[in-house]
Amino acid sequence: MDTQTAPGRFGRYGGRYVPETLVPALLELEQAYAEARKDPAFDEQVAQVLREFVGRETPLTPARRLTEKWGGAEVWLKREDLAHTGAHKINNTIGQVLLARRMGKKRVIAETGAGQHGVATATACALFGLTCEVYMGALDVERQALNVFRMKALGATVRPVESGSRTLKDAMNEAMRVWVSQVEDTYYVIGSAAGPHPYPTIVRDFQSVIGREIRTQSLVAFGKLPDAIIACIGGGSNAIGALHPFLGDASVRLVGVEAGGHGLDSGQHGASLTLGTEGVLHGSRSLVLQDEHGQIIEAHSISAGLDYPGVGPELAHMAKTGRMEVRTATDDEALAAFYMVSRTEGILPALESSHAFARAGELARELGKGKYLVINCSGRGDKDVATIAARGMPPAIQEKA
Amino acid sequence: MSGEIAEAFARAKARGEGALVAYAMAGDPDLARSVDVFAACVEGGADILEIGVAFSDPIADGPVIQAASERALKAGSTLKRVLDEVVPAVRARCPQTPLVVMTYVNVVMALGEERYAKLARERGVSGTILPDLPPEESAGLREAFDKEGLELIPLCAPTTSPARAERIVKDARGFVYCVSVAGVTGMRSELPANLSERLEMVRRSSPVPVVAGFGISNAEQARVVGAHADGVVVGSAIVRAAQADGPAAARQVCAEIKRGLKR
Ligand SMILES: Cc1ncc(COP(=O)(O)O)c(C=O)c1O
Repeated sequence: MDTQTAPGRFGRYGGRYVPETLVPALLELEQAYAEARKDPAFDEQVAQVLREFVGRETPLTPARRLTEKWGGAEVWLKREDLAHTGAHKINNTIGQVLLARRMGKKRVIAETGAGQHGVATATACALFGLTCEVYMGALDVERQALNVFRMKALGATVRPVESGSRTLKDAMNEAMRVWVSQVEDTYYVIGSAAGPHPYPTIVRDFQSVIGREIRTQSLVAFGKLPDAIIACIGGGSNAIGALHPFLGDASVRLVGVEAGGHGLDSGQHGASLTLGTEGVLHGSRSLVLQDEHGQIIEAHSISAGLDYPGVGPELAHMAKTGRMEVRTATDDEALAAFYMVSRTEGILPALESSHAFARAGELARELGKGKYLVINCSGRGDKDVATIAARGMPPAIQEKA
Repeated sequence: MSGEIAEAFARAKARGEGALVAYAMAGDPDLARSVDVFAACVEGGADILEIGVAFSDPIADGPVIQAASERALKAGSTLKRVLDEVVPAVRARCPQTPLVVMTYVNVVMALGEERYAKLARERGVSGTILPDLPPEESAGLREAFDKEGLELIPLCAPTTSPARAERIVKDARGFVYCVSVAGVTGMRSELPANLSERLEMVRRSSPVPVVAGFGISNAEQARVVGAHADGVVVGSAIVRAAQADGPAAARQVCAEIKRGLKR
């Protein structure tokens, strides 16, 4: 099932709000992607790389101790943390870089916040021998030294962006500006299900491998579809990937968790579905955090991957129509969930994923015994350990240790 | 005020000159002093003023205008305040000069498309340029603008195919803004070799005047480009001069460009 109501439109959201210079490139991309999708050989090539290089399929792991602890639905984890480079981002970059190669582009640019998408793009470019340049807010370059090193080690050039808030949204602005200047030979790999049409569709399709695997794996593991699936939402790529294949299954509750930051009334959060208003950011019409004058407000989250003032247009549509339930988790709740999952399941979840875990306990209890809940563990927490350690372990956690 | 833009082009042409569309950022360094910059541009010979309204995420702008946006936002510039405070003040000082607002679609959406069209006309704005609104997305807005007689000025780019350009200019209002380089706003030492051809091509199908912008910063460039267009847009050079040395410097830039536009 598709929520797309017109090319590139999901209800009121989506579209292609970009400088005229880019429109022909987006039309070319749309066409190239449509042709690639009709070509079974392209599909097989993507699947093969995902299998041989990324390590798909990723497991669906029973979380027995979480199930016991929460005392409700049986809890299973979709383990995107076990995909190569440590997060779901690689599913999309493999697909898009193969598409770039098919289009004859030799040079790739990308934006990144925490660096996960940058690392995933650099990885795909290294694998296929394309030149890679990653735009990253100067503040994030400071904060995410480990991922900056990984990108450089993979042969990518990291370009710090000094404008605006020097974070992800500015990196995306800059990547678009650079793309405008070099559109003839450059492919822009967007990292989330956002941006101008056709990106939200392309990213969704490549990430939907997550949900398709959840479908077949849950039938094998517990003999039916899950009763609910929960995922964190930054721009929304892991969420749309996990949830989209279930849009037509009315029995499956779809739940997204946004960054509550310091709290919804603090003004410092990343909850664009919950508190955003309709606007245009980075080429699509969606829900965005903005002031009454249409100026974009900087998002805040403890996890750099959720620190984005917009959200993919299809998720905005799913939220507005009620197909997806939207919840939020604060920084503190995500941190507590990080420790809790580490200790009960032996998995260090990414801080982004920890937001999903933070709301999953309630959901498991709401569902009740005999039901099945899948949590999308979008990435591993190794990249976050420095951030988390710097805060010091909360006393309550230390006592239990 | 309808037809004001057409009249300005006609006046320049009658004088044997290409028209100068001068861009500056409203609210840079603050709302009041930006009015002085606009007035200085007209003193320097600008035929049409392009009033930039800052947006926090300007994807079509280079470093000079990005920085100006940040300064303007810090100084409290908003679309509403520009319409209420800057536009009437500029009009009072330069009653003959048509005013065109340039901003991003989100800023107009936030005020409301119909409300913007109405307010803009009431305050004396003739046209609007939205660099992130391609024709595919502009239907609703055009309707609101047409109702008020506010002209939506379309853009063409170096990457636009001739067939697409024809569609874009077919129902253009005000003028057609031909982006000279594939890139963002900013000064360039060189302009593309095929620019004159592209301008002539667009001009042949356009019912309204055609101007070239992005990258033009001196009299020689204005002369070369102006030979194949009805005028030029100059932005970053003015913004930079005004920031460094105030309104008089902006007047000088305009005067110099204007010299290049004499035929
Ligand atoms: C592990 C992980 N999860 C989630 C996200 C959020 O992005 P999205 O909402 O596109 O999945 C990121 C982004 O960097 C991430 O690294």
